[in-house]
Amino acid sequence: MKAHLTRRYMFSASHRLHSDEMSEDQNRIVYGKCNNPYGHGHNYMVEITVSGPVDGTTGMVCNLVDLDGFVHQHVIDRYDHQNLNLVQEFHENVPTTENLCIAIYEIVERGFGKTHLEKVRIEETMMNSFEYSGEGR
Amino acid sequence: MVYLTRKAEFSASHYYHNPEFTPDENVRIFGKCNNPNGHGHNYTLEVTVKGAVDPKSGFVVDLKQLKDIMNREVLDALDHRFLNKEVPEFLALVPTTENIAIAIWQRLVPKLNSAQLHRVRVYETPDLFVDFYGEA
Repeated sequence: MKAHLTRRYMFSASHRLHSDEMSEDQNRIVYGKCNNPYGHGHNYMVEITVSGPVDGTTGMVCNLVDLDGFVHQHVIDRYDHQNLNLVQEFHENVPTTENLCIAIYEIVERGFGKTHLEKVRIEETMMNSFEYSGEGR
Repeated sequence: MVYLTRKAEFSASHYYHNPEFTPDENVRIFGKCNNPNGHGHNYTLEVTVKGAVDPKSGFVVDLKQLKDIMNREVLDALDHRFLNKEVPEFLALVPTTENIAIAIWQRLVPKLNSAQLHRVRVYETPDLFVDFYGEA
């Protein structure tokens, strides 16, 4: 039997939305107050959904200790209490939550081999959320 | 096609243990969930059904009927129970959230005649949930 398991994680980080490919004026128009040069921050809520057959002996899709260990080491420790613009993947990539979804998906997809990654969903605030399932890769 | 979701809550205790594993393996795989005295959760259940909207009633499903089925088939059996000892499915099956979602699906499917079951979602805690869509 195939089931989907979703685990939530939190981290807090700052960022500034700014693209070098646009003029200062264009950046202000496109990103509004998110373009504030000093940056601003969010409490991000990340949902990682994995899927697969429920193991007959353990009753699990994947051992949560393994998933938690991987996500804490490779995702939370990487981003928590950091300025996202200074993290390597956002040197040339605007740290929108869309791009953050893709970055986290790539980290988990590449490094966590224990089960199939279904989806990464991030709430930047209570009012908006973003999802990436690896489509169009 | 319209999807309708009904929530319910139940509280239950359980522990994770497989007699096929050695005591050491049980501790290594299940960690503190292996405590034989059990521990508990407040589970949140979401049952999603799908179907066409009936032109006369405007309903996908009669909510009262769905609530009664959920109460009778699921909550009466699981709420305030020690899952390993009191619920037949878990006498020989580890009551993980995955297996609870599958068991609830199997309890509901034969009883729902007017609407089609789409998803069973079980939250063990606010930061952990399992979805089961009836996939083999």
